Amino acid sequence: MAGCPMYLKNVTTLTYDRERCSGCGMCATVCPHGVFSIQEKRAVAGERDACMECGACMVNCPESAIFVKAGVGCAAAVITVMLG
Amino acid sequence: MAPVVSTRLSASDHYTAWKARWGINRMGFSIAPGLYAIGAPTPASPVLVSANYILSFDALRSSCVGIDAWILVLDTKGVNVWCAAGKGAFGTEELITRICEAKLDQVVAHHKVIVPQLGAPGVAAHIVRRRTGFSVVYGPVRSRDIPVFLSKNMHADPHMRRVHFTLYDRLALVPMEITGAMSYFLLVAALFFILSGVHVWGYSAQMALVKGKYQLLMLANAFVCGAILGPLLLPFLPGRALSLKGFVLGLASAAGPVPYLYRAGLFGAVESVAWILMVPAASSFMLMNFTGATPYTSLSGVKKEMKYALPVQIGCAGAGVLLWLAARCI
Ligand code: SF4
Ligand code: SF4
Repeated sequence: MAGCPMYLKNVTTLTYDRERCSGCGMCATVCPHGVFSIQEKRAVAGERDACMECGACMVNCPESAIFVKAGVGCAAAVITVMLG
Repeated sequence: MAPVVSTRLSASDHYTAWKARWGINRMGFSIAPGLYAIGAPTPASPVLVSANYILSFDALRSSCVGIDAWILVLDTKGVNVWCAAGKGAFGTEELITRICEAKLDQVVAHHKVIVPQLGAPGVAAHIVRRRTGFSVVYGPVRSRDIPVFLSKNMHADPHMRRVHFTLYDRLALVPMEITGAMSYFLLVAALFFILSGVHVWGYSAQMALVKGKYQLLMLANAFVCGAILGPLLLPFLPGRALSLKGFVLGLASAAGPVPYLYRAGLFGAVESVAWILMVPAASSFMLMNFTGATPYTSLSGVKKEMKYALPVQIGCAGAGVLLWLAARCI
């Protein structure tokens, strides 16, 4: 099987502002799930449901064109936070 | 002079890896940060950045057979690249500090460091470059692809940039799932075993011995689902939420033995219903916690599935326990 199983639909906090993009390609390089690709010298966010919110694209975008609420998708950690 | 390390793993390296997989002595798996050499590197040789978690470091050096390179080890407090990057320990500041401390600009003539792609959530390449003059080249996700990556003039094919979650990857996580859940399992198993001797007239150790083993069988059922079968069968289980996958698996695994035990007169009706509720709840909870080990679940997704799954899990488990206790008293 290629890649990973798909996780929940329409949950990612990933947003991308095409106007700011310089087409450097960094987001396409760092994304471990192939969400971004470069088409006509700009980044395109494709399969957004594959995004795991790792934040690599946002951290490495020199134009601050990407935002994602980065975090670790771990239920045990969420429970620990809930319990205080 | 940077210490030279071998690209061959010794028997004791393999033993360390085995211990790490089973979570034995987890804290003792770090190596000293700083610059290392493999082979006989020159100022033209590549610089590979790693975490100071021994398995990350060993995976890297054993992938570099026949390669002359520098390895710059960051201080990630003994945590692997991926987890440390998520927490920022494998990060921009640490990388800048190590580049400066190792006087890398005097060691190599080029101005490039190869950072594992999974370290990218912690490292802002453009900031490292601005502050040190070194540009960050993201290497492949898996260190075994490094020789090809280097031979292609530091180019990673698309498949080298993608995270996979193969059967083998999941199998490698199973020991950790087992050790992680074992102490809870033993505690719960002991409780159920002892309580299975309770009946209307009081307590019978004899009955605990007779009935207890069937309770243990059902608990073991849930444990095997949550810690072993669930992770292994993950892509083939229905649904996308891991809690749902775990619930379905638990239900399927209880649907076989429970009616059998009921017909054999070993479980009463109430007790049977109790197990049909408890096994899926436990399996669902355990597989939901497996989200922490998968490389594809997002925080938003986990929060969403928990919102629905937790009440169901608590409801089923709570009702199951009450019914199970009630079954002792009738
Ligand atoms: S947050 Fe991570 S997974 Fe999501 S698009 Fe960015 S790099 Fe890819
Ligand atoms: S990293 Fe930012 S600027 Fe570069 S291609 Fe992606 S979105 Fe565009």
